[in-house]
Amino acid sequence: MAQHDTQMTGAEILLKALVDQGVEVIFGYPGGVVLPIYDELFKQNRLRHILVRHEQAAVHAAEGYARSTGKVGCVLVTSGPGATNTITGLTDALMDSVPLVCITGQVPTHLIGNDAFQEADIVGITRPCTKHNYLVKKADDLARTVHEAFHVAKSGRPGPVVVDLPKDVITGRGEYQPPSRMKTKYKPQVKGDLKAIEKAVEMIAAAKRPIFYVGGGVVNSGVAACQLLTQLVRMTGYPCTQTLMGLGAFPASDPLSVGMLGMHGTYEANLAMHGSDLIINVGARFDDRITGRLKDFAPTAKKIHIDIDPSSINKNVMVDHAVVGDAAHILEDMIKVWKAKQCRPHEKALKEWWATIDGWRGRNCLHYENSNKIIKPQYAIQRLYELTKYKNPYITTEVGQHQMWTAQHFKFEQPCHWMTSGGLGTMGYGLPSAMGVQVAHPGALVIDIAGESSIQMNIQEMATLCQHRLPVKVFILNNQYMGMVRQWQELIHGGRYSESHMEHHPDFVKLADAFGAVGLRATKPSEVDDVIKEMISVDRPVIVDVRTDASENCFPMIMPGMAHNEMVLGPEENVHVEPGSDEGGMVLV
Amino acid sequence: MSNEQEIERHTIAVLVANEAGVLARVIGLFSGRGYNIESLTVAETDTTESLSRITIVTSGTKMIVEQIKNQLRRLVPVYKVADLTTDGPHVSRELALVKVAGAGEKRVESLRIADIFRANVIDSTNESFVFEVVGATEKVDAFIKLMEPLGLVDVSRTGVAAIARGANPL
Repeated sequence: MAQHDTQMTGAEILLKALVDQGVEVIFGYPGGVVLPIYDELFKQNRLRHILVRHEQAAVHAAEGYARSTGKVGCVLVTSGPGATNTITGLTDALMDSVPLVCITGQVPTHLIGNDAFQEADIVGITRPCTKHNYLVKKADDLARTVHEAFHVAKSGRPGPVVVDLPKDVITGRGEYQPPSRMKTKYKPQVKGDLKAIEKAVEMIAAAKRPIFYVGGGVVNSGVAACQLLTQLVRMTGYPCTQTLMGLGAFPASDPLSVGMLGMHGTYEANLAMHGSDLIINVGARFDDRITGRLKDFAPTAKKIHIDIDPSSINKNVMVDHAVVGDAAHILEDMIKVWKAKQCRPHEKALKEWWATIDGWRGRNCLHYENSNKIIKPQYAIQRLYELTKYKNPYITTEVGQHQMWTAQHFKFEQPCHWMTSGGLGTMGYGLPSAMGVQVAHPGALVIDIAGESSIQMNIQEMATLCQHRLPVKVFILNNQYMGMVRQWQELIHGGRYSESHMEHHPDFVKLADAFGAVGLRATKPSEVDDVIKEMISVDRPVIVDVRTDASENCFPMIMPGMAHNEMVLGPEENVHVEPGSDEGGMVLV
Repeated sequence: MSNEQEIERHTIAVLVANEAGVLARVIGLFSGRGYNIESLTVAETDTTESLSRITIVTSGTKMIVEQIKNQLRRLVPVYKVADLTTDGPHVSRELALVKVAGAGEKRVESLRIADIFRANVIDSTNESFVFEVVGATEKVDAFIKLMEPLGLVDVSRTGVAAIARGANPL
């Protein structure tokens, strides 16, 4: 009676559920309790598995995959250390709202709580660093749980979801349920309230010194949302600033773009925020790196906040008007209302506003003193941008000065081409993330712009790149220091460079060679173009070691605890601030 | 107009799926984000739908209380969040078991006060009583305070259960 037996093993159910959810690639690492799943993977060819060298990298790779495609990234790891190694990646994905499903193995249900070999309470450990998590106790529940996990990961504000699978569930037998039979009560609001949208449009039309402040929520909402945003901004003719996560949501080359805002944002963006009478926040969260000192944040502005997550509204900054829902839906409705009401911006006021902004732009805040002897990091990134833009590259970064310089000097015209760890600030994010991007876009140019310190946090993934023939380019701005730490120590801690200088680094060219990749080096400004061109021409993973000025600081900068109009533009302004100012219980760091 | 910085006390009713770990999610949210819990009670209230009701008494500025409600609504197994303090009139009760040990006049006095508070004696030995007192938190507080000089040795409180007045459900 075999034809009536619809029962499958847990491992079979899992893989069928993943295929039915449209998964094509899994980033993972095998181990004891997930071996039956790996055995099933071996027998099929619909799911591709990328074998990483460390589970943290599997999660970052899935993040890169998800952020560059808009799909849900998928991770598979074993119990205990396999699962605990994913924590940084999961937290990173939670902070940056990246949709992931992470399957973790677990010891058999009868051993849970017994301190069994490779047991960790992963549902307990990941509760605060996931959007949601599940422990599956029966094979019959497995398919439904996996489908719901994907639904939760991608609905509303996206985020990581963990599904913990005990070994007896993986090997046990149960019924498969297709996605169509999944019932869930999780249904976040997508459409914005029309009355609220109308009021927002009225406020926008009435503004005299407005500014659009757009964040990663627009990118997460999708390419359509970015196009609608661009359309709306152009209809109004208002200036538009982007957060670190929002770069690419609005074309950087558009004259209406005033660049990035915040701690290392442009002078014009921050002063426009400070001087505005209306801030239109679309999919950003008034993060402390954006607002600076809260009590002096945009003191004369009314604030509109459009966000899919109601808990983002009035969290840091009290706003005057909020619209909850998905950016694409709300922007589409706003454009309709704007047209239907035949709104016109305040022409005279807008002209004056732009004249003021152009005055700020005239300060040319991203200017730096170039040199023909030593490679300035900004110069290296500018050359990288100029020489690669024709290939429309995907850029990832690690965390630190190089990340901020990239955000300032690399111009992003399109969404989903820029992957960086914004919320958590995870050193070691860039290389595995680039790996995931390259898996999703095999023919594309994918570059991890890195620092020599950050890159060493997940350098082991060079082996993964070589094994899977993923020609990621690692562009290291090597200044021999944890540059951002050194910069803060110089500016805030009296130049006492406590443990920010690594006296020993590997020879990155030899290291590339050891991994089976190509190593290149530039030590003089005149060599920069050549190494970039060579890097592009090689169809293999490449590490480029660019020796840059060790003393260069990243400006402009709003010092911690300061306001937008107290920016420091360059080294010529002698900066001194006291560390750790405290404001009403909020420690500003 | 209440001051934005003024600390307010709110009673929040939360309807959740009765599944493993849901209480840990709620409590973890409060500890992780530094919110106060003054009282928390939980029990299954709907066996057919398998729903539990959590009643939380918390305090914070208006902005914080708003955050607490929105953060609770973000949790996947949370189906409903109602602020009983702002959504209309509500009634709330708490039960406490209060153990008083002693002899002589103090023992008699504790019985007299229990009578005033309509507390029941639910256990008695020659040298102790266990009183059961039910009422608003303030009444229970007052009763316990009066028992202190009379030989109070132990207290067990249930925390607050609360419900909106009138005919409508949560």
